[in-house]
Amino acid sequence: MTETVSLEQLLAAKEIVVTCGSGGVGKTTTAATLATMAAIHLGGKVLVLTVDPARRLANAMGLESFGNVETRVDSAALAAGGVEPRGELWAAMLDTKQSWDDLIVRHAPDAATRDAILANPMYKNVTGRFVQSHDYIAMERLYELHSSGVYDLIVVDTPPTRNALDFLEAPARMADFFSSRLLRWLLVPYRSRIVSVASKPFYQIADRILGSAFLQDIAEFFMLFQSMHDGFVERAKAVERVLGDRRTTFIVVSTLEPSPLREAEFFIKALQAKGLHLGGLVLNKVLPGYLLDPEVSAAADKLISAPKEVLSGLEAEQVAELGDRSTVARVLTEVGMSFRNFQLVGKREAEQRAELATAPEVMVSVPFFEDDIYDVAGLARMGEQIWR
Amino acid sequence: MGDLADDVLSRRLLFVTGKGGVGKSAIAAGLALLGSQQGKRTLACEVDAKGNLADFFEVVDVGFQPREVQPRLHVMSMNTEESLKEYLSLQLKLPLVARVGPLARTFDFIANAAPGVKEILTIGKLAHEVRERNYDLVVVDAVATGHIVGQLRAPQAINELVSVGLIRDQTDWMLDLLGDPATTGVVVVTSPEEMPVTESLELLDALQDTNVDVAAVVVNRVLPELFGRGEEEIFDALREPALVGALREAAGDKVDQVLEAAHLAVRLRRTRSRHLARLREGLDPTMPVFYIPELFTRADGLRATNQLAVALGEEIGY
Repeated sequence: MTETVSLEQLLAAKEIVVTCGSGGVGKTTTAATLATMAAIHLGGKVLVLTVDPARRLANAMGLESFGNVETRVDSAALAAGGVEPRGELWAAMLDTKQSWDDLIVRHAPDAATRDAILANPMYKNVTGRFVQSHDYIAMERLYELHSSGVYDLIVVDTPPTRNALDFLEAPARMADFFSSRLLRWLLVPYRSRIVSVASKPFYQIADRILGSAFLQDIAEFFMLFQSMHDGFVERAKAVERVLGDRRTTFIVVSTLEPSPLREAEFFIKALQAKGLHLGGLVLNKVLPGYLLDPEVSAAADKLISAPKEVLSGLEAEQVAELGDRSTVARVLTEVGMSFRNFQLVGKREAEQRAELATAPEVMVSVPFFEDDIYDVAGLARMGEQIWR
Repeated sequence: MGDLADDVLSRRLLFVTGKGGVGKSAIAAGLALLGSQQGKRTLACEVDAKGNLADFFEVVDVGFQPREVQPRLHVMSMNTEESLKEYLSLQLKLPLVARVGPLARTFDFIANAAPGVKEILTIGKLAHEVRERNYDLVVVDAVATGHIVGQLRAPQAINELVSVGLIRDQTDWMLDLLGDPATTGVVVVTSPEEMPVTESLELLDALQDTNVDVAAVVVNRVLPELFGRGEEEIFDALREPALVGALREAAGDKVDQVLEAAHLAVRLRRTRSRHLARLREGLDPTMPVFYIPELFTRADGLRATNQLAVALGEEIGY
């Protein structure tokens, strides 16, 4: 096996990149950066897809808005990063409701079934409101975009995790559900009026809890869905397969704060346990290394403990020009104190990094930027720090 | 709102949410600790099941059964299967939970596949604790901004689907409890950075789509003003090459980086004040806003949680 040493090499060999990690670590920005860098340096058509319910990516991409349909990012914006892009950058965001509707239209055996499902109250609620339907449809949409063959590389940004791998398990869970005996069991009374004695207590309890009208809605929903069963299960399995094979890699994103990093480690272990390809770890917002330099620290200490002495090293008129001597001394102390505050955070980060148990081959650090990245040029600037 | 809003802890059920990374769990822990210190029998509940909340009180093995970790402060971690079992044994008056084992498994299976069930079991358990007056205050370390609206809307959504039956009765009282601003409120945690502010404003807008009132906005990690009046000009002058040369002589060669770090702090604060201003502009002027300074603590833990409780207490006005 050839050694993978950079994100550039990693991405050159892949068709799907999934970024994962806890919320607020810069996952979306990282996904956008990777896609931008791939479009600039690797060429071809690169798509960044965000499945995050919050609309972050448009913001980071400098686009007003984009939806379920892919939008091309202006190549002039890419060139503003200083490099002539070799490829095209596209962006899309997941519209859960629209994606579900598209899926129904595709799989429904006939127009009547299609319309009945789209009008079913249960369907509307499931697709429009509930959190988990997001996970499945995200992976489904990724599969669809990938298999369309239009894009050479798709970078996906995953939703902030509640249960880290929920979204990965969604296709399998969906397939399980539609194959289940339980479901058929639930539907029995609505398929035939004859309910077996053995199953009676179950329906009585279900009826007491849910109410029969609701049960009927559910039954209708699932009965309609059953007509699409084979297509659905097959599809879910294909989604799962593509996530698991060598075309796909996972990049874990974190900061060096304790709780995101612990989640990142959990992610790494979970990916390994599932036999999924761990491409790398991107550490965001890493504070400058000089915070840990003992000589810098000594200089800060001097400013704090002996500001007047430091000032006496300066020429008298220099100090006078600055202002009142004791005020200048106070400023020096405050400068030193501020350093110490940040040093504390920097030390914590270094400890966290040292404690990292399993580190993937590719591990890159993105320096701390004081401002959020708000355009493609900014993404390219960030990218240059981690790409090679 | 009005007078109610003056004391966020007078409400009995608080859902603390925020974008990942802003310190949502830390603030939830701080609010719960403050509540207990104010003499309230308090329950802090984590719904993410990541085991984070326990760290803020330095305890391990927090499960579904609440544990008293500080005087009057109880901590639990949500588990929807346990919640369902409890519900079944309480509501259906089924004598033995063991007997509903297969039923519980069946429902757990549905809960995993059919969306909404987990949400309602989570909200239901918490609302139950409030309704039964088992606690004076229930603080929920809730799901992040992207998911909170879905979670809070679950009772409404299910209520619309189910027109009769036990579930309908259940969602009816839940909706009443969630919709009463004297009882229930959302606390939106943010930090003065671009994305957190943007998302918080979007969230506040989206929350109007639920029947739950917003109790307060907490701005975490506000950087302290580094310099007093007129001092920043002095700092800028000190960074001129001639003076840096002189300072190197006096304080050591690497004083440059000390100045650089301070400059970073100044720029950070400046950027953050811009985002803070944007947040204020987007907020209803009557909305209580609490500012929590960046604490530069060594680690998360009870000590840091205590500092947060103190800072929150000062802002609320205790």
